[in-house]
Amino acid sequence: MAGANTFEVLAPGILSTVQDLGRFGCARYGVAASGALDGFAVRVGNLLVGNDEKAAVVETTLMGLRIKVLRDTVVAFTGGDLQARKGSEPLAMWRSQWVREGETIVFSGPASGFRAYLAVAGGIQTAAVLGSRSTNLSSGFGGFEGRPLRKGDILAAGPVKDAVRFADRAFMPEAVPSYASPWRLRVVWGPQDDHFSEEGKQTFVTAAFTVSPDSDRTGIRLKGPVVARQPGLEESIISEGILSGAIQVPGDGQPIIILGETASGGYRKIATVISADLPLLGQITPGDEVAFEAVSMDQAVQALREMEDKIDAFKRSLK
Amino acid sequence: MAHAPLRFRPMGDRSFLVELGDTISPDVNRRVQRLVLQLRQASLPGVREIAPGYRSLLVVYDPLTIAPAELKERITEVAARHGSAGLPPAKLLTVPVFYGGDYGPDLERVVGHLGISDDEVVRLHTETIYRVYMIGFTPGYPYLGELPAALAVPRRSTPRTRVPKGSVGIAQRQTGIYPVESPGGWQIIGWTPIELFDPSRQPPSLLEMGDRVKFEAVRQVEI
Repeated sequence: MAGANTFEVLAPGILSTVQDLGRFGCARYGVAASGALDGFAVRVGNLLVGNDEKAAVVETTLMGLRIKVLRDTVVAFTGGDLQARKGSEPLAMWRSQWVREGETIVFSGPASGFRAYLAVAGGIQTAAVLGSRSTNLSSGFGGFEGRPLRKGDILAAGPVKDAVRFADRAFMPEAVPSYASPWRLRVVWGPQDDHFSEEGKQTFVTAAFTVSPDSDRTGIRLKGPVVARQPGLEESIISEGILSGAIQVPGDGQPIIILGETASGGYRKIATVISADLPLLGQITPGDEVAFEAVSMDQAVQALREMEDKIDAFKRSLK
Repeated sequence: MAHAPLRFRPMGDRSFLVELGDTISPDVNRRVQRLVLQLRQASLPGVREIAPGYRSLLVVYDPLTIAPAELKERITEVAARHGSAGLPPAKLLTVPVFYGGDYGPDLERVVGHLGISDDEVVRLHTETIYRVYMIGFTPGYPYLGELPAALAVPRRSTPRTRVPKGSVGIAQRQTGIYPVESPGGWQIIGWTPIELFDPSRQPPSLLEMGDRVKFEAVRQVEI
């Protein structure tokens, strides 16, 4: 894994971490998946620069990341448009391009979405821990030294032959997701929808919720009308495994969409976001409006198939 | 022994909970442990993760590789097999604990709430051998039970934003140890220097579901 030094972090911005598609197989040790919150953007970014779609990337939040390029290389910016620039020149999203030694890349702030991804030919090289390069923030391992990026960090990228082959490739424009509030997230009911009153379930699928500022990588906290549970039930349930997209409703009736940093929990889950809409969760911004639409399991799987078809079509176009 | 059939609860289009009972009990938890082991050995197609809880396990799968109905059928078959998976012998870990003072800032509150002496709290906490029901919350965090009824206290009304690594807490009929600094709402009665989680170790968690834990009070040296 001898990589070449490729980037120097001049300023880390609000929160920048090294992530891949997540850590699986360690839930029985209490280890959550972590991983990029917009996995679709990561897969496309990696494919653009000629990587395996599971390669590690930099995930940055909202604004402020400044990076110096240490050697000529091919990169792609995907996910939320945080207006990456070199100097005053805007950098295109969803397409691969050269950046040159000595240039500085700045993420100046959101035109859309909340998190942007920087994929680099060869992938960000860090030691894989428990099978993944994602950063586990609660325990401080994986990613870059188990922590968010800081000023002065040097990121290496893996070796690439003829990076020129991967420069100037674009993702299909019609397949670029749109990230805009109000969000309409598709869910399937459960696992504990039967613990909520009919009125509570109605509220859940008809109300407009507002994203609270105390949302972070552990969860998107919503504010809105109370989602009522069945009368007589206790606030919490016996702790059980959980995964991203599950929507738990604690005692105050305000839903929380669980993201990738939690392996277990003791609150009731009224519904779960479908796989095809999970990547959107990474782009939801405090202050946005969120509504939920219940779909059937078949519809959810069909939507996932359509998303995978887009990725497959893109892969074929690269050959 | 006949048991109630497995109950499946979907969690989205890519996972479901398999419930083996409704209560916290060593028997139900052993059945969860056994099914986890059987499923890991069976390595069913499309299964990406198996996360055990007190009375259920969460199975995460790729719905484009295996349809949920088929996966449920395969899991039911695996669960019905007899004798294939004996449980591994449970490890017994003795955990040294410094009780009270700066190590256990809630011990006095617990003493006040229960109306017994601090020595009595320590005696009750150390005389039980606890079962590790599950590992969760943060990497390596053991949920231990059952705490003697005489020690049952409510969670703190306001959770702490930072509980130090190594803190030993109690809440209701449970006790646990914080492997890393994290937020937490349990009453902290002591501290242990033991390293519960190390990602470079195999396995990374010192304790696993089904293991046993005994706490031992460390006499503080008077200076």
